[in-house]
Amino acid sequence: MSAVITASGLGKRYKTSVALDNVSFQIEPGRIVGLIGPNGAGKTTALKAILGLTDFTGQLNVLGYDPRKQRDKLMGDVCFIADVAVLPRWITVSQAVDFVANVHPRFDRKKCEAFLSRTKLQPNQRVRQMSKGMIVQLHLALVMAIDARLLILDEPTLGLDILYRKQFYQNLLEDYFDENKTIIVTTHQVEEVEHILTDLMFIRDGRIVLDADMDTVGERFIEVMVNADRADEARALKPIDERQVFGKSIFLFDGASRATLEPLGEIRRPSVSDLFVATMKGTYA
Amino acid sequence: MNNQSLKNQTLKNVYWLVKREYWEHRGGFFWAPVITGGIFLLLNIMGIITAEVLGARNGINFGASGGLQHVISDMDAGDLSQVGFALDIAMYSAMGLLVVVLGFVVFFYCLGALYDDRRDRSILFWKSLPVSDTSTVLSKVISATVLAPVIAVVVGILVGMLQLLILAVTLSFHGVNVWQLLLLAHPFRVMFNLIGYIPLYALWAAPAVGWLLICSAWARSKPFLWAVALPVGTGLLVTWFGIMGLFNLPTVWFWKNVVQRALLSVFPGTGSMFGDSMIHISGNSGTDVLDLAQTWHLAASPNLWIGVVAGVALLAGAIWFRRWRDDA
Repeated sequence: MSAVITASGLGKRYKTSVALDNVSFQIEPGRIVGLIGPNGAGKTTALKAILGLTDFTGQLNVLGYDPRKQRDKLMGDVCFIADVAVLPRWITVSQAVDFVANVHPRFDRKKCEAFLSRTKLQPNQRVRQMSKGMIVQLHLALVMAIDARLLILDEPTLGLDILYRKQFYQNLLEDYFDENKTIIVTTHQVEEVEHILTDLMFIRDGRIVLDADMDTVGERFIEVMVNADRADEARALKPIDERQVFGKSIFLFDGASRATLEPLGEIRRPSVSDLFVATMKGTYA
Repeated sequence: MNNQSLKNQTLKNVYWLVKREYWEHRGGFFWAPVITGGIFLLLNIMGIITAEVLGARNGINFGASGGLQHVISDMDAGDLSQVGFALDIAMYSAMGLLVVVLGFVVFFYCLGALYDDRRDRSILFWKSLPVSDTSTVLSKVISATVLAPVIAVVVGILVGMLQLLILAVTLSFHGVNVWQLLLLAHPFRVMFNLIGYIPLYALWAAPAVGWLLICSAWARSKPFLWAVALPVGTGLLVTWFGIMGLFNLPTVWFWKNVVQRALLSVFPGTGSMFGDSMIHISGNSGTDVLDLAQTWHLAASPNLWIGVVAGVALLAGAIWFRRWRDDA
């Protein structure tokens, strides 16, 4: 199957900063890609470019469309949830369902109503009377009822309590995701998505600094817990990060061989957030 | 999708977009005219009651013992038609108030139409649906120039009818035959004239709707200020430096044909007042003020059509800004 998104030489420059600096990547169908980066790294700009919400330089193909020219057609196959509270405050649940049902050819009303029946949302309830968590439930119910090929989530769980956050990703995985769909998600709550991601992309200062699937990440990056007496030995192998825990040093290696590291101490797979912190060191300095 | 079903989907989208506008702006589009009409009728009833009470207290029973009926039966055909027109005016008068309200509603609706959803970022939701920006802007134009005036006119007609009925019933207490009076009025012609004025209004309002929508789509903040300050500021500059003199036109030309058209054309009736020098509402009270043959004289004036062209150009700009303005 051909790629869902192909980007080459993507660039976007704002007056005072570069949001995307010659970015190229490819996303295959059936993947869940985490696009992770510090604030202002260009995540949202990249997503906006994919959604046809902003102009850019370079080549970008999303599901065979050019998002600059065919945004409205593209949106037939793409769904998008921006951070919470972008549903209009005046709309009621039933109006939202009615509207989407009539303008979106791939919307399945029954499915949406089934999702809604699992929540406390009432048909006549307005968005302005809902909590953040309920707004996201409504948005998710609308989006999951659309048989789209690409779902883009930009900080979808921002400001939600942990119950809603867990439920959000659980719903996505259980009732929505399949091999024909692709999900791109940006979030700062890396721990919550790390177990569902198939691919990881780190973005920093408008550049992609890591683009790999999770298996590769597991092979490439190794964390070793080393006793103080062997720390210098480990340092000599040029770790990308070092931190201290309970008198031991934890080193993070990129591309070092397992065999060389094993004698130094306890080996484990680094968490995405540790990897992220190590990669982004000095971003705000 | 083939072309036909694509076309159908686009039409369906526009229909639902207009419906969406109505959901969001029910207060302005529906309740504002209904409440205004209600207040109008209430004031009338209160006025009538006051007059009756005062009359009774002072021992004046206007038209008692069928005196007024005699007055009417003594009238000749010409006088009777005057009574009819007076009744028509009573019907129009309800519309008069609604028209002012409609002007304000449309003005502020257009200013917010492409701005409010950018401010609260719900534009990200609307833009995540397979709806083109052209359809979106078009739906706002239709809401401003068709939906809002149609609702106002329907409410206006109903209020006018009630007004007529109230007058007739009041007079019937004074011995005047209600049906005879009602037959003198021309409610259907009034209706017809009011409904027939809507397309004219839409055309006349085009430049203002276009201007307000482009400001709404373009402004990063305070669209009202921009929409008003730009034309008024330009007008002041033009006045100050006497630029119109270069074209052998008086300064007032700019105010009348640019500033006013960009801002005030959303107020119904301004077209008939300022748009066409050929219209002279004659003092002859036998003429229906809103007779379509009279009002549609405006369609022959270049002022109207130049405005429509300007309006379409401004709308194209509004669509472009809607598509590319990137600040949500």
